[in-house]
Amino acid sequence: MKTVINKWKLPAVMLGPFLILIFLFFFVPVILTGILAFTNMDSAMNWEFNRLLNFEKLFSDPDISLILRNTLLYVLFTLCINVFFGLTLALLTTYFMKKEQFSLLFRTIWMLPRMTPPVIYALLWIWFFDPSEYGLLNGIRSLFGLPPVNIIGTEPMLIIILANGVIGASFGMIIFSSAIKSIPEDLFYAANIDGASHWSIIKDIIMPAIRWPFMFVTLWQLLSLLTSYEYILLITNGGPLNESEVLALYSYHKAFQSFEFGYGAAISLVLVVIALVCTLILWKLFKVKDMIGPSRID
Amino acid sequence: METAGKSVPTIPGNTFLYQLKRKLPYIISYGILAVTTLPVIFMYLWLIIQSFASNMKYGLIPEGFSLENWEFLWMNIVYKGAELPSIWTATWNSLFFAGMLTVLEVLIGVMAGYALSRLTFPGREQILKITMILHAFPSIALLIATFYILNFMSLYDSLFGVVLVKTALQIPMTTWIIKGFFDDVSWDLEWAGLIDGCSRIKVWFRIVLPQVKPGIASVSIFSFLSGWSEFLLLYTFIVSNENVTLASFLQRLTSDPNMVNYGVLSAISIFYLIPVLVFFIFTQKSLMKANVGGVKKV
Repeated sequence: MKTVINKWKLPAVMLGPFLILIFLFFFVPVILTGILAFTNMDSAMNWEFNRLLNFEKLFSDPDISLILRNTLLYVLFTLCINVFFGLTLALLTTYFMKKEQFSLLFRTIWMLPRMTPPVIYALLWIWFFDPSEYGLLNGIRSLFGLPPVNIIGTEPMLIIILANGVIGASFGMIIFSSAIKSIPEDLFYAANIDGASHWSIIKDIIMPAIRWPFMFVTLWQLLSLLTSYEYILLITNGGPLNESEVLALYSYHKAFQSFEFGYGAAISLVLVVIALVCTLILWKLFKVKDMIGPSRID
Repeated sequence: METAGKSVPTIPGNTFLYQLKRKLPYIISYGILAVTTLPVIFMYLWLIIQSFASNMKYGLIPEGFSLENWEFLWMNIVYKGAELPSIWTATWNSLFFAGMLTVLEVLIGVMAGYALSRLTFPGREQILKITMILHAFPSIALLIATFYILNFMSLYDSLFGVVLVKTALQIPMTTWIIKGFFDDVSWDLEWAGLIDGCSRIKVWFRIVLPQVKPGIASVSIFSFLSGWSEFLLLYTFIVSNENVTLASFLQRLTSDPNMVNYGVLSAISIFYLIPVLVFFIFTQKSLMKANVGGVKKV
């Protein structure tokens, strides 16, 4: 008996705090969100179950079609910027740039927005597009004698897509550049000797080699875009008039602004289900592609 | 040699047009990088310049040097008729938050990482799998339930409570990374220690831990910076003035449409950005060094 305790003591002590934290702030919240979604809990914190009322409310919400449209636009376009601009940056800094110092410098600069605290990053965007004459863009426009514009007011989706795109692009850039760097140099030499063009080197050597990182970045970003709203909250806060409200932010607003915790949890639950379904679909999609596509390196 | 020299003109490789055509992709790629990167640099540069300028013509061109924008360092800002808490309260809270987060994360991560890497116990595989899944889980969707738990534990509006939440959100990733460091330590070292009569825990503390010091240092830096930048959790779970952090402090000023004094905002931003910049300059240097030498040191 004593030996059994001794054998278990060390792993238990070492893993204890880890497991407690995970239990308290992952497992309990998941279960709690599932239960809360079926209550109409508000700031009084009473447990009152109301069956599917929250979901009925969600589907008959007058704003829901606008919010879903925004979510779709936001996720789709930001994902495109993240993946393709990230890939472009990675290609330019690793494949086209021969001087390592330069490419490092560029990559470091692109890391700056990512390292900047979100509040400051958001401030930079707000400042740039400020509708008053103090905004940078309007300052530049007034140099040319043009009247000030209010882009945050008229095109809020554009701003939040760009702002999130720039942050996400650096994530793609890091992953793709390390993947490109791990391709053996010989392949490039061989291709050069055979007279391959840049395009065919990119298409036939680099792209197949970064297929898995490509999939990883797409999936990872999709998941985080669906559920993240920090920069939107900071830059437009969903406004003006829900013009840039996405589903995740809507859940946050319902819970922490109008204190409808039950309703907010229901929206979160829907969101998590959507995220899971999207992941599964993409997973299948990539797998199938992987099986059908012939190997492009012989 | 001479024959080679004579045959040179006949090779198309030496005509100007050919050279241009060969170099064109490189020129274009440098151009694209420069054009896309410049705005990023300019935004940060302008932030610094603006904080020291007494007036910005067109919001663009600095006129005169002044420290007026930096007055918040010795005077409290009056905002909406009420005095905001001193910036030093916010700084102290941010330091406390980030420091506490670093300590907890590294401590728990090192213990759990070692257990997962080196100890044998039933359920190890399952815990590893769960850890992997958790790092992709959209944890931000669970904020409402987390609020309920914090409220239940009466840790709402307490910095320590938010530290716990943030640690829990980051710990799967951190543990995974630290486990990787331990995986690289040779088993021989551990066996040697055991044969010499150390206990398992002593071997861990005296022999294995010093081996992963550099890894732990980098994990510490990253967790400190992520604590320093944290906004959403603090914004959601902290309400009282004495618990304000730099992120919320800046956000309150930014979100007020009547407060368009970008001079003060940029000065506070720079102040808040200092640790990030220090880290940035520091690592940039060491990265460059590794590359100028040509060989990466192991």
